[in-house]
Amino acid sequence: MIGSARYWREIPQRYRYEAGKCTGCDKIFFPPRNVCSKCRGQEFETVTLAKNGEVEAFTIIRVAPSGFQDESPYAVGVIRLEDGVKVTAQITDCDLEKLAIGDQVSREFRLVQQDGESGILCYGYKFVPRG
Amino acid sequence: MREVAVIGVGMNRWGELWKKSHRQIWTEAAIEAIEDAGVDHVDAMYVGCMSGGLFVGQEHLGPLLAEQLGMGPIPGTRVESACASGGLAFRQAYLAVASGEHDIVIASGVEKMTDVDGGAATYALSTAADQEYECYQGITFPGLYAMMASVHMAKYGTTRKQLADVAVKNHYNGARNPLAQFQGEITADQVMSSVLVADPLRILDCSPITDGAAAVILVPLDYAKKMNADMVVRVAASAHATDAIALHDREDLAWLASTQVAAEKAYKQAGITSKDLSFCEVHDCFTIAEVMVSEALGLFDRGSGGPAASSGATALGGEIPINPSGGLKSKGHPVGATGVAQIREVMMQLRGKAGDRQVKNAHRALTQNMGGTGASTVVHIFERA
Repeated sequence: MIGSARYWREIPQRYRYEAGKCTGCDKIFFPPRNVCSKCRGQEFETVTLAKNGEVEAFTIIRVAPSGFQDESPYAVGVIRLEDGVKVTAQITDCDLEKLAIGDQVSREFRLVQQDGESGILCYGYKFVPRG
Repeated sequence: MREVAVIGVGMNRWGELWKKSHRQIWTEAAIEAIEDAGVDHVDAMYVGCMSGGLFVGQEHLGPLLAEQLGMGPIPGTRVESACASGGLAFRQAYLAVASGEHDIVIASGVEKMTDVDGGAATYALSTAADQEYECYQGITFPGLYAMMASVHMAKYGTTRKQLADVAVKNHYNGARNPLAQFQGEITADQVMSSVLVADPLRILDCSPITDGAAAVILVPLDYAKKMNADMVVRVAASAHATDAIALHDREDLAWLASTQVAAEKAYKQAGITSKDLSFCEVHDCFTIAEVMVSEALGLFDRGSGGPAASSGATALGGEIPINPSGGLKSKGHPVGATGVAQIREVMMQLRGKAGDRQVKNAHRALTQNMGGTGASTVVHIFERA
């Protein structure tokens, strides 16, 4: 179960794509962290994640976890964004049979899952083919 | 630091053990290890268990299991590092003996996975990945390894058939292991036509859901030599390394950096190279995992683990047999027990008691136990003393 507080505190990332940029070395973290893994700096400024990227890895989920059974089959990939940040996300509105590593994709705001039958509707980012 | 030896092993038949509870499975293996070692007590107990809480609703396993063994009030410690919990429990036991804190220690692992349905088991296993930024998006564990496979195939030309050959080889070995969950051989065609779970991985690329436990007894090497043990096996190296838990936070998705780091430390400690090993027991939770581990351990060049799996090099009788036990794939994968069961197999092999799956002239072996998608790795090297 996700729960309301747990869902609410991730909203800056899931709705607004807010990342933390280390003021010491410019490395961007998504989600933001307290300590930079590159220079161990602890000062960050808030930046917005790049919207476009390319598929670095992907799979098609045929056996879905609970909360996603009605969606399968669906594609999930690791997307390398133009600012160098990588995220895991669904790739949707695409031909599953033609999806390939290197495909250009763009971020959209979508419904991601439902937290049980009476729980929260959980939103966030998915990616769609660009072009 | 004192030198450490392993002198006793215990393990039950693995599978869907509906008639046995978590604590019964564990105590069976623990008693067998104590009797095999010929000791009348243990000074401390370590147990690897990934998720007693989610699988059977039971935490606080240190005191529970120590008392069930009739050994209370000894210190009992539960160790967790996802699927590497067992290997890490052994390492804590090793450090306890090496440091001089304890003399006779039991290292063990247990998981009781079939008291919950498939959905709940899948959820419990998924807690080894990043809950907020991987699992939230609908990825599963097979899905994460499938993404690693997609990169390995694109980058190095690893083929679907090469992955299938890993499963075929491990089931061949497991068919010769009387304690394995699945003791039947399979063909590459069967693997490649089995149901898709997460492309390109199919159900026969995946290790199963298993109930099981394993235990071993550690003592100082000097004690072992005086104890007239059946065969003294020395712990030549113990190493542990970590990496980012989320796959997307790693630069190269087709490389297991934690395994490379742990293996390099272990080879240095033991004063050997990968060429000096008789065989390896590695963490083949999925077929692609064994391919990637074989590269990160330095057994084969980067990107050539696939062709090596198809060449027979890793089969019994090959240049470096991998998973003579049948591996996680065929022996089963009760997650917390797996790392200890690898060590039990090494003991059976080094004692020359592995029956139809015996590696000829086995004298030195490596175990590699991995948590999550490789965010934690524990490597040990053992040799006949």
